[in-house]
Amino acid sequence: MSDAMTMVRRNVRHTRRNPVVVVMTIALPVFMLLLFVGIFGGALNIGLGAAVQGDDYIDYLVPGILLMAVGYGASQTAMAVNQDVTSGIISRFRTMRISRTSVLTGHVIVSTARTLLSSVLVVGVAVLLGYRPHADAANWLAAAGLVALFTLALTWLAVAVGLAAKSPEGTTPFLFAAQLLPFVSSAFVPPESMSGVVRWFATHQPFTPIIDTMRGLLLGTPVDNHGIVAIVWCVGLTLAGYGWARLLFRRDPVT
Amino acid sequence: MTGVPAGAAIEVVGLRKAFGDKVVLDGVDLQVAGGTIFALLGPNGAGKTTAVRILSTLIRADGGQAKVAGYDVGKEADDVRGAIGVTGQFSAVDDLLTGEENLELMADLNHLGRAEGRRRTAELLERFDLVEAGKKPASTYSGGMRRRLDLAMTLVGDPRVIFLDEPTTGLDPRSRRMMWETIRRLVAGGVTIFLTTQYLDEADELADRIAVLDHGKIVAAGTAEELKRGLPGGHVRLRFADLTQLSAATGVFHEATRDDDALTLEVPSDGGVRALRDILDQLDRAGVEVDDLSVHTPDLDDVFFALTGHPTAEQEAVR
Repeated sequence: MSDAMTMVRRNVRHTRRNPVVVVMTIALPVFMLLLFVGIFGGALNIGLGAAVQGDDYIDYLVPGILLMAVGYGASQTAMAVNQDVTSGIISRFRTMRISRTSVLTGHVIVSTARTLLSSVLVVGVAVLLGYRPHADAANWLAAAGLVALFTLALTWLAVAVGLAAKSPEGTTPFLFAAQLLPFVSSAFVPPESMSGVVRWFATHQPFTPIIDTMRGLLLGTPVDNHGIVAIVWCVGLTLAGYGWARLLFRRDPVT
Repeated sequence: MTGVPAGAAIEVVGLRKAFGDKVVLDGVDLQVAGGTIFALLGPNGAGKTTAVRILSTLIRADGGQAKVAGYDVGKEADDVRGAIGVTGQFSAVDDLLTGEENLELMADLNHLGRAEGRRRTAELLERFDLVEAGKKPASTYSGGMRRRLDLAMTLVGDPRVIFLDEPTTGLDPRSRRMMWETIRRLVAGGVTIFLTTQYLDEADELADRIAVLDHGKIVAAGTAEELKRGLPGGHVRLRFADLTQLSAATGVFHEATRDDDALTLEVPSDGGVRALRDILDQLDRAGVEVDDLSVHTPDLDDVFFALTGHPTAEQEAVR
């Protein structure tokens, strides 16, 4: 475990040295929040009307922004892991007598912490903008737990992608998915307002049940079976990501 | 494993590795005595890096046995890792950290403890002339500085066996000299060095023993002198005062090449002391006076060409 903590310290230093990471993971979600509330908020409030569950668009929006933060955080992790692979430092770690997966664990811990920090910031700014969730302590805890679980899922996937990609460009498909999928979900508008195939996709992709669950928890409205679907997605993605990363890491490195 | 001397730092028998259907190592045998420098010499693509990657536990061999510092690289990989250090093409420094932080990272991973880690970091920065640069991110370092930091990081854990994969490739001549000096000092301290190189002069300069790797096979092994001796191209050149003496000598050495203009005779020979004595004895018996005698042993370039049938990568690049 001490090796993993050493790697955590290393990754914290990396975050502090790299302004792009700070902006992408911590400031960008807040920026997206301001953008959607300030620019699109008025129009969406009118256009969506009764379709949004809360009183105001910002009440509808916040869970989606939180999951976008998770996507941005995971994107940075995929690139950081890939950097470790292509620069060869992972090979150095692998020839040392240290805990084998400590370098990956370090990435996951720091990335998760970064994303949770960003989530707190998003909620704080949202409250300043007029966000009024109706959640009790248990709901808050459950919502935080769900964000953490989804972060874990996406981060392990990101680690696997970072290990699998032969160059930084190789991580781009994952970056696209992690950052654009929220747009084709219930994050900004209800899928019911979408058309045809897009609507089907938006309803069934993982972001939607997770966002809907968050929304229910934070607004105090019924969660229905979204909760179960959300947890199944999170646990499934975590297992898939972790399993894939482990497989890649055990395999002999190519570079 | 029979015939392996006790105290060998590295023992390799029948090592094999293929990537897909491309055979990279085709039954390699090696022995490296403790406290010596061993050079694995070969052109690009000969399998040098693959050998280092297997011996440093980074990848698994398909067949054969390999022991490093007395531990099996397959079955006792973690013990091997505790005894070795690796610096080379595929090893690296952390660009976002400063030189000092890179060394401290290694100290932490070696569980040296805070005070000892600091002491070791300061000592290595000093020793590798990185004290001033120590506070700057490694991304700002020159090629030579990076290589020094890389090696310094390798030394934090006090390895008994150090693998250097092409340690001077791409370095300017001055940095190259410095690296050689550092390597010599390490060996003086009792460390065993396994280095790969495509530079013949580097092997010649540093190595106690050299093995030539070509297409995944060891085609020759020995000291630089042993490799050079007994190869085509070695000869003794005799110069005479006049044609009469030259003709008399030509009668003695039937396989020699005669040059009337230069008044010289080139006698094929490995250049060893016994061969020289033989030549002089035969000249004495024939009553021939020699004006001048010089020994021409093939250099490692000749050795390489003779062994592999193709020139080194270095020579190809020049053409």
